[in-house]
Amino acid sequence: MSTHVRPGWMEKPRPATQAAKAVALAAVVLLVCVPFLVIVSTSLAAPREVVANGGWVLWPEHPTLEAYRDILDGGIVTHALAVSAGVTLVGTALSLLCTVALAYALSRPGVFGGRPVLLLILFTFLFPPGMIPGFLLVKELDLLGSYGSLVLPVLVNVFNLVVLRGFFQGIPEELYEAARLDGAGDWRALWSIVLPLSKAALAVVGLFYAVAYWNSWFYASLYLESDQWPVQQVLRTYVVAGSGLTDTTTGEATVNAPQTIQMAVLVIATVPILLVYPFLQKYFTKGVLTGAVKS
Amino acid sequence: MATLLRENPSKSEENSASRRPFRRRKERKRFQRTHGRTLFLLMLPGLAYFLVFHYGALAGNVIAFKEYVPFDGLWGSPWVGLGNFRRMFEDAEFWDAVLNTLWIAVLQLVFYFPVPLGLALLLHTLTWSTVRRFVQSVAYLPHFVSWVIVVALFQQVLGETGMVNGYLGDAGLHTVDIVGNPDAFRPLVVAQVIWKDAGWGTIIFLAALSQVDEQSYEAAAIDGAGPWRRFWHITLPAIRPVIVLLLIMRLGDILSVGFEQMLLQRDAVGPQTAEVIDTFVYYRGIVGGDYGFAAAAGLFKGLVGALLVYAANRVAHRLGEQGVYR
Repeated sequence: MSTHVRPGWMEKPRPATQAAKAVALAAVVLLVCVPFLVIVSTSLAAPREVVANGGWVLWPEHPTLEAYRDILDGGIVTHALAVSAGVTLVGTALSLLCTVALAYALSRPGVFGGRPVLLLILFTFLFPPGMIPGFLLVKELDLLGSYGSLVLPVLVNVFNLVVLRGFFQGIPEELYEAARLDGAGDWRALWSIVLPLSKAALAVVGLFYAVAYWNSWFYASLYLESDQWPVQQVLRTYVVAGSGLTDTTTGEATVNAPQTIQMAVLVIATVPILLVYPFLQKYFTKGVLTGAVKS
Repeated sequence: MATLLRENPSKSEENSASRRPFRRRKERKRFQRTHGRTLFLLMLPGLAYFLVFHYGALAGNVIAFKEYVPFDGLWGSPWVGLGNFRRMFEDAEFWDAVLNTLWIAVLQLVFYFPVPLGLALLLHTLTWSTVRRFVQSVAYLPHFVSWVIVVALFQQVLGETGMVNGYLGDAGLHTVDIVGNPDAFRPLVVAQVIWKDAGWGTIIFLAALSQVDEQSYEAAAIDGAGPWRRFWHITLPAIRPVIVLLLIMRLGDILSVGFEQMLLQRDAVGPQTAEVIDTFVYYRGIVGGDYGFAAAAGLFKGLVGALLVYAANRVAHRLGEQGVYR
């Protein structure tokens, strides 16, 4: 399999240039991968080994899953993982549903109020409402302490909407015409033409939503009690604040969890991203490209 | 799982709407009548979201002209006119936060902005597509991990007891004091942004570069243009609109520099270095309870941002570029 094809007109680069490129590329790959390797290795090492080495290891001598057994034993982290998974699943489903419906309606010509609605939505991109009014609104709507506060305020993302709308607009008008002649209405066209043709765009937008919900912690810290926290907020409290950052708002000295446990939480919070990433990354360029070109 | 999300009117509306069964509509007349209505129905849940959570919240900015009294709520609190803004302009800490924000924004513009561009140009010159795709996949990845994880990773690698200091100590060299050191804070946050987003930032440049017709390179090469001239006359003009677009967007956003990133690390280095406008709003408003004052600062930021986008877009049009909008 030859994927290395230099066009005939392109001159062969000098060895020095090629070497410089290879070094730059290797540096990029190492800079991304080594930090992940360190946290995975540290989480798998025996606590004694980590302490002996000063808080980290690059390669564990005697790998053990002890740290993972500890955190998955039904404690805070286990609960937080369940919360994160639930919010991510429900949130992504609701967001996709609303975004697809809105993008489809706005992609068809002649829908009642389509143009003003689009402008109304694009304006929010230019002028976001701000943190304090958003917080007071959630409070007034009585969403404090409810998991809805993590989903409803961020239900539809303008960027994702624009990407999907652009993709839907790219579907040839003849297909809609054919569907209409077959007696299919707008629902039918959405289900049997638009959605099957948009799998790549749906995958990308779904991933964007899922990643955003999984990674979100700030809203949880604002709106939820500590026993409702998702895993990122737990991570923030016990790992980021636990290893050197003292909490000046409460003035409390935090007791550090063992380094292996902290790293295991860090790995667990990253793993879902690493798992879905390879399957979906092939769609990125395609899906984002259409959005970028349209806007 | 079902109890995780409480019921809410807009959601149940959406659910019942999407489950409505299809009926074959053979009559064209009937189709025309229902067309438009269906689309309008589909639009409603999303529209309701924007009206409530964006325009509702936008209306909530009236609090910036009031003194928030918890008992009276948003609408019952007394008006104070421009009092909050006057207090804000006289507040030294507010101006410190503005200055910190601008400092970090400028550093990012100088040191972060060229990185994705350079990386994209490097990837673009690769003819070995397997290697290119591999490097792209690896470089995009950090964009998808949360700021909490990025900050934790940097602690683990560059922190006092981190990997880099471990190696430096083993080699008998001076250890470096980066994480938690106010003097190193600005370079650190720029490095974090580069690590997290430089790879992902290449996408838009690569998209622009892929639009260039391969034949124009070939024709230029045949005419005797070397790599540098081809870069100057073909590659650069192709990505110039994208560069201008990104610069405008960055300019409009110059008063916000990674709120989550700053909030996570503010306490480690102290507000003198790490307080930016967004964290100032957070600490004064949500932590301190001075909602009216904090909302005024947020509104000020929003207005300046919108104004900057408008101005930058005008300038771009003057220069013959497309800009963000027409």
